[in-house]
Amino acid sequence: MTPAILIFFVLAALAVFGAVSLILQRHPIHSALSLIVVMVALAGLYLLLGSEFVAAVQIIVYGGAIMVLFIFVIMLLNDGEEERTHFSKLATFGGIPLAVAIAGFIAAAIAHSSGDLPAATANGSLTSTKTLSMLIFTDFVYPFELTSFLILVAILGAIVLAQREN
Amino acid sequence: MNEFLTQYAFLIIPIIKIAILVFLVLTVDAYLTWLERKVIAHIQARWGPHRVGPHGLLQPLADGVKFIFKEDPMPANVDKVAYILAPFITLMLALTSLAVIPFGPQKFTIWGYETTVGIADVNISLLVLFAITALSVYGIALAGWGSNSKYSLLGGLRSSAQMISYELSLTLSVVGVLLIAGDFSLRNIVEQQGTSGQGLLTWNIFPQIIGFTCFFISAIAETNRVPFDLPEAESELVAGFHTEYASMKFAMFFIAEYTSMIAVSCLATILFFGGWLSPFPASWTFTHYLPSVILIPFGLWVIYDGLRYENIFGRIVLPSVGAVFALLGFALVASPLVNGIIQGPFWFFAKVFIFLFVYIWMRGTLPRFRYDQLMSFGWKFLLPVSIVNVILTSAVILWRTR
Repeated sequence: MTPAILIFFVLAALAVFGAVSLILQRHPIHSALSLIVVMVALAGLYLLLGSEFVAAVQIIVYGGAIMVLFIFVIMLLNDGEEERTHFSKLATFGGIPLAVAIAGFIAAAIAHSSGDLPAATANGSLTSTKTLSMLIFTDFVYPFELTSFLILVAILGAIVLAQREN
Repeated sequence: MNEFLTQYAFLIIPIIKIAILVFLVLTVDAYLTWLERKVIAHIQARWGPHRVGPHGLLQPLADGVKFIFKEDPMPANVDKVAYILAPFITLMLALTSLAVIPFGPQKFTIWGYETTVGIADVNISLLVLFAITALSVYGIALAGWGSNSKYSLLGGLRSSAQMISYELSLTLSVVGVLLIAGDFSLRNIVEQQGTSGQGLLTWNIFPQIIGFTCFFISAIAETNRVPFDLPEAESELVAGFHTEYASMKFAMFFIAEYTSMIAVSCLATILFFGGWLSPFPASWTFTHYLPSVILIPFGLWVIYDGLRYENIFGRIVLPSVGAVFALLGFALVASPLVNGIIQGPFWFFAKVFIFLFVYIWMRGTLPRFRYDQLMSFGWKFLLPVSIVNVILTSAVILWRTR
């Protein structure tokens, strides 16, 4: 077992543990904290795949900015613990069979494709920060700028909604 | 044994380096509190700590012992996970941020493993630092929320709002340096500042004076220090987010604060003041004796001062400490090889020390901001100025390459 595989399993276990804990926790803050664990573990996985820029951005944007906002809102509202209810009928008759079916499909797919998967071409240059930014600002400059406008519009919308109450 | 060492050198050497760095940083943290109390005392025409040990030099040790042996009560109805996790997150992130900082230029090989002065030499070290800064909000926010106390909650909320606001201008103020260097690696940013061999003339501080001003102001706000220490404003919030913490948990917040001060000072040194580069032109080789020129007179002065000290303990300890300094200075003159190795770290730590002194100096000088002033300063002044700096820098770079 190489160190890379060992680290992969640790990070993957951490991500799965965080995701399960996110659903099972009863307090919103604990759920948000579990989500941060998932984000950081995913960043670790990106790092393992050799795309360090995406890993850093994952932590800065998702782990930092967005989750801080979540925690901030929960702290401001100071929500209490959730009440635990019984399973809804939809979950019992629709959800659980569906989850089992999806798990079965994935397991079957993995079991059938063992061994003769083509190795991914190690394209190290694509993941380097410099080539990534060159691509964003040359080939994909219009989608990139359009996304910025979309976010700007969303911010303006938030300001308008916040102002309306006064 | 030797085979084992060469095989696992990639694992053993970083662990040794981490142990050394953590030991050094914790010691420096302890003596930074001593320096801070002493300097502020002298600013305010007091003596500062002077009871425990000569000149109060053993005060940090006494404080440490006190922190360890104090009772550690947990208030009722706290959120246990958040309450216990918060100081650990804060301290862990503060210490981690030092891992990507390069302290000197040398690369050396031990047991067939090439390594650097610094723990990790990654090519996106600046982004890693910002990622750590982004996460460090959680420690304070969780401490404030988990304590189940009004003062703590208000302190935590204030602090997270402040850190989110100033993180933007902190990140944007660095973009100018990144544009000049064209690289995220702190090592390359430093080396790029010294390519001409002209000393301090090629440091980033001159083209990036606006960027540096924005960076330093937002960095002070990020580390929650005076004049931006609203999260722990004593007159309003008792002690802010760490009101309900005692004993070692309180000490962890304290150590984390001083460690992030050190990290920010290191970052300012690297980005704007040429890191480990000497401020003198490379041809002035006589400046290599500067460490000795500082160490020998300082050691002799400590000996002279110690011999006059009021009690017998100080009359023994201080002269021996002085003798160590003076001998170190003479040893550096005697051994040009060691003197050459010490140059980089010497300049690095000298610059970091100046920044730390400025931190303390400001705490002794400036009053605290009001909260609305803090917010409008961050959003309406600092952020636009750093954006203008980015635009100006890119315009100049574009104009030069044409």
